[in-house]
Amino acid sequence: MSAEEEHSALELGLLLEAIYQKYHYDFRQYAEASLRRRLSAALVQLRCATLSDLQRRVLHEPKAFSELLRFLTVQVSELFRDPPYYRAIRERVLPYLRTYPSIKIWVAGCSTGEEAYSLAIILQEEGLLDRAMIYATDINGESLRAAEAGVYQSDRFARFSENYLAAGGRGSLSEFYTANYASAVMDRSLRKAILFSDHSLATDSTFAEVELVSCRNVLIYFERELQERAIGVLRDSLCRKGFLGLGSKETLRFSAHAPAFTEFASDERIYQRI
Amino acid sequence: MVTTPRPIDALVIGGSAGALEVLMTVLPALPRDLSAAVVIVLHLAPHKPSYLRDVLSQRTALAVREPDDKEPMLPGTVYVGPPNYHLLIERNRTLALSVDDAVNFSRPSIDVLFESAAEALGPSVAGVLLTGANDDGARGLARIRASGGITVVQSPETASASAMPEAGIRAAAIDHVLPPERIGPLLVELAKRSGGSR
Ligand SMILES: C[S@@+](CC[C@H](N)C(=O)[O-])C[C@H]1O[C@@H](n2cnc3c(N)ncnc32)[C@H](O)[C@@H]1O
Repeated sequence: MSAEEEHSALELGLLLEAIYQKYHYDFRQYAEASLRRRLSAALVQLRCATLSDLQRRVLHEPKAFSELLRFLTVQVSELFRDPPYYRAIRERVLPYLRTYPSIKIWVAGCSTGEEAYSLAIILQEEGLLDRAMIYATDINGESLRAAEAGVYQSDRFARFSENYLAAGGRGSLSEFYTANYASAVMDRSLRKAILFSDHSLATDSTFAEVELVSCRNVLIYFERELQERAIGVLRDSLCRKGFLGLGSKETLRFSAHAPAFTEFASDERIYQRI
Repeated sequence: MVTTPRPIDALVIGGSAGALEVLMTVLPALPRDLSAAVVIVLHLAPHKPSYLRDVLSQRTALAVREPDDKEPMLPGTVYVGPPNYHLLIERNRTLALSVDDAVNFSRPSIDVLFESAAEALGPSVAGVLLTGANDDGARGLARIRASGGITVVQSPETASASAMPEAGIRAAAIDHVLPPERIGPLLVELAKRSGGSR
């Protein structure tokens, strides 16, 4: 390692440690390459020359930390993102879940709520929503509030609707929201079935036993060690024969927890707890 | 002082319009026992996810993979970035994916791959920028050069869209400006510097 590299590793470590100590958000084991990119963007936005400057600002100005949090966490989502995944949930997983008297689902890392609403829509169409409960959690409070409101910009719905149909939607997506001019709000019947709350896969543990965990494109932001911790929490939250759905490029292949699961729908990255 | 060149462990390649054709010329030149990994990002409309992998496998003796997150980066293997994800290289020589916002209107972005490669592997990277209609990859190429890596650009007059190679040439000192048929043999030479020991 060159002296410069050593410096920059040290600065990064100290910044993340400071954030952890002061705000209890733990980014110390996030995947470094993309984290560094987002921090470089944050330096520009927050007008700091170095990570050490950023550290000082964040320690002294909680507002600067809120702003930084937008860079540290990536809020990218869509209704029915990756339609084959939702099709597999509908056609392959729900027939199992249907046999339970009540269905509990955990969406871990729910961002602004799109994944949770997509699942609620499927449950509604399959006649299961009234005996279902969806817990949707994230570490980004701003996103959780947006998720709870269930309001999305109107111009996103053309894409959402395409996804919905590709995912095997039975009717029209427009049955599930009310559009105003610039925005649309998801139906109350869906919102009622979802409980949004704060939970970190890096620092918190299991809080309920559920039949399905959907955790998509969250683990990619973690280093291997933190992935192991998070997958452990997800596993412990699943009942026997419960399902775990991951993002389309996420896998249990490299995890020590793999033996606790079987591959259920391998292309769609859906696993079943043994 | 005599300096022996550092081994090249990763050949990172980026391109957009027309680049698939160029790869059809470059990849057949690479031998099965290539001692570097080949990591490719192209801007393509997201077809079927496996499309690029399938097309490229027909042109090379090397295994072609669309990597999962955290997959180890192995020599003698070609990795192509999946549509809708950025592809990055980590210091511990694994591949990482992210759904961060598009960079230069692209996801995957060539800059994201090249900059992460420079950061993770320093002088043991060669960056290759092919034909394309925008300037994604130019910053990344400059970063590779600044970290001691090798820079290669397809000669603009052979490019079906010259904006990308031209931007590369403007942004960084380029070690080799070559037509498609000479890029493959150069990559073989660069990879040989690692002595084929692994
Ligand atoms: C790219 S979004 C994925 C959104 C959604 N799951 C989807 O696939 O459409 C990643 C989300 O993970 C959240 N996240 C990051 N670190 C987390 C952690 N330690 N615990 C829980 N969620 C986290 C981010 O705040 C962000 O909302």
